[in-house]
Amino acid sequence: MTLYIVRKLAFFLLAVFAASIAIFLLIRGAGGNVAAIILGKDATADAINALAQQYGLDRPMVVQYFDWIGNIFRGDLGRSFRTNEAVTDLVVSRLSISIPLCVSGLLLGLLIAIPAGTYSALNSDKPLGALITILSQVGIAVPVFWAGILLSLLFGVRLGWLPTGGWTNWSADFWGAVRSLVLPIISLGLILGASLTRYVRSAVLDVMNQDYVRTARATGMTRMEALLQVGLRNAALPIATVVGLQIAELIGGTVIIETVFSLPGLSRMILANVAAREVIVVQSTVMLIIIFVMFINLIVDLLYGVLDPRVRLAR
Amino acid sequence: MTLAPAIEVHDLVVGYDALNAVRGVSFTLPRGGRMGLVGESGSGKSMTALALMGLSPTGWHAAGQVLHDGVDLITETDTSFSKRRGRTISMVFQDPMSSLNPVRRVGDQIADVIHRHSKVSRREAMKQALDLMVQMNMPRPEQLARSYPHQISGGQKQRIMIAMALACYPQLIIADEPTTALDVTVQKQVLRLLNAAARDRNTALLMITHDLPVIAAMCDTVAVMYAGRIVEHGPVQEVFRSPRHHYTRGLLDSQPTMDNIALDGSSRLGSIPGMVPPLHNLPTGCAFHPRCAAASEKCRAEMPELGANGAACWHPVKEKAE
Ligand SMILES: Nc1ncnc2c1ncn2[C@@H]1O[C@H](COP(=O)(O)OP(=O)(O)OP(=O)(O)O)[C@@H](O)[C@H]1O
Ligand code: SF4
Ligand SMILES: [Mg+2]
Repeated sequence: MTLYIVRKLAFFLLAVFAASIAIFLLIRGAGGNVAAIILGKDATADAINALAQQYGLDRPMVVQYFDWIGNIFRGDLGRSFRTNEAVTDLVVSRLSISIPLCVSGLLLGLLIAIPAGTYSALNSDKPLGALITILSQVGIAVPVFWAGILLSLLFGVRLGWLPTGGWTNWSADFWGAVRSLVLPIISLGLILGASLTRYVRSAVLDVMNQDYVRTARATGMTRMEALLQVGLRNAALPIATVVGLQIAELIGGTVIIETVFSLPGLSRMILANVAAREVIVVQSTVMLIIIFVMFINLIVDLLYGVLDPRVRLAR
Repeated sequence: MTLAPAIEVHDLVVGYDALNAVRGVSFTLPRGGRMGLVGESGSGKSMTALALMGLSPTGWHAAGQVLHDGVDLITETDTSFSKRRGRTISMVFQDPMSSLNPVRRVGDQIADVIHRHSKVSRREAMKQALDLMVQMNMPRPEQLARSYPHQISGGQKQRIMIAMALACYPQLIIADEPTTALDVTVQKQVLRLLNAAARDRNTALLMITHDLPVIAAMCDTVAVMYAGRIVEHGPVQEVFRSPRHHYTRGLLDSQPTMDNIALDGSSRLGSIPGMVPPLHNLPTGCAFHPRCAAASEKCRAEMPELGANGAACWHPVKEKAE
């Protein structure tokens, strides 16, 4: 297992490194003169040079790259050109919305998908099993923003139970913040749950037809015991893989949901900064998100090693 | 007092929808008895075995009577049947590669069976599991017990499967082609172990195989299945020396023996013409008639039952003169 962890960690660091180069080149290299971009079309050459000098944008690219990446590892994401605010501070307050939204949405999705997918796999001949399959198909076809709008129309506008958007800080009004997140989390969880249900269903169907489940039955497990003790334990492997692959989709969903519910989360911050041509802020926050995605994938990989001895013990 | 048979099967019918893969199978296997079950691929051997375990595929039906341990297994609920599986009746499957749980240590998988069916502690169950592994001729059982299935060989996996089947001293073990997936050299060792362990425990054995010499070496009686029915059943020596059913005759003729394999490579091996009929298109009367040289009008019209000579045939093969 140690070898496995070391290998996965090394791979993670290597991937982060590669991603950082890619982002740096895409944003700096493809974009042309950063100082000119920031100042806009009407800026004078002198102003551009002054800004470049002030932020060290006139140094060689390699130096700038290592400066940037070194600072990121020290927790310094740079400063906004316009407001001079530290990006790190901006990001932290945004993350207090985005991370709970993302993680709870995923958990809710799993909480829906595992029982629903398992039930429909084992009871496809019953009405409820068929209904689950149909609902999950429908859920896959529904765009996230649509789900968000429908839910906010129903629970926010018509019933008035929950806010349809907006945000109060955790520290200012904790329960208010929770209430603001309920509908976004449900929208995200439902949509994610719908597509995960399909994967759970096929994983359970596949596993329950395996010879080792028959062995479990032949040695005295009831159908339910074989499902819970052998079936789901083995189905966890393909499900973990799919969850890892869905992380990117989850982040995409978060962007949309933050917009629909006007939550000042990280993704909306990026969009706003792209519009404001805040090159450094965009570059750093995108990098942060990529590290987050890779980190989740690292966790999934490690979890996979814990779940599957064939992976863990492979030479 | 004499013990009830290990299993008594009456008119077992197994199938799905209107199709039956097993069509009225009956036999009795006494305590400690050994019965071989042979027949071409698709004749219904596995479906018979699974029905005895109450593990027919989903959507399949099983009817008739299967008396075991004082109950009729056909009418058992899944919960109470579960308490027998692995304890009084167990099964060894064909493919050990896929039959063990890939994410559980093999020692634990044996111990699980013991722990489930007896009141012993986990620790004691593991001790018994290690003992079983020693009986299965597995060197260094402590180390092996900690392995996962992918870390051990096919022969070792099948010994683990056999240890699981034996763990609770069952009255009956059904072995469905237990060695076909193994190397030829390993096959013999595994069969010898299964044989010896079953004999020690007075466990009855229902041995399904295509390997007639194995049946000859291990079993008391042999039943020959064709198209879902037992067409001949009798003591191994009698059936093999002097088959009465034309299908049995054909099966034996298609076996390689010392004197029909010529050293120059030319073979005088016989083979049965035609193929096993599909379930949805079974012939009338004796299902073997399209492939039988001795078939008559009667064979095509009426289904023969097993007779006193042990064969279900209207025109049995003449007994071989000694
Ligand atoms: N899951 C299934 N669905 C439909 N038909 C099946 C299924 N399993 C087996 N059958 C059919 O049932 C019949 C009996 O099959 P069975 O597996 O019992 O044969 P067998 O004697 O064990 O053959 P083999 O020597 O190949 O193991 C065959 O006609 C087979 O095609
Ligand atoms: S009953 Fe007739 S067809 Fe069937 S084996 Fe006997 S002789 Fe052949
Ligand atoms: Mg079979």
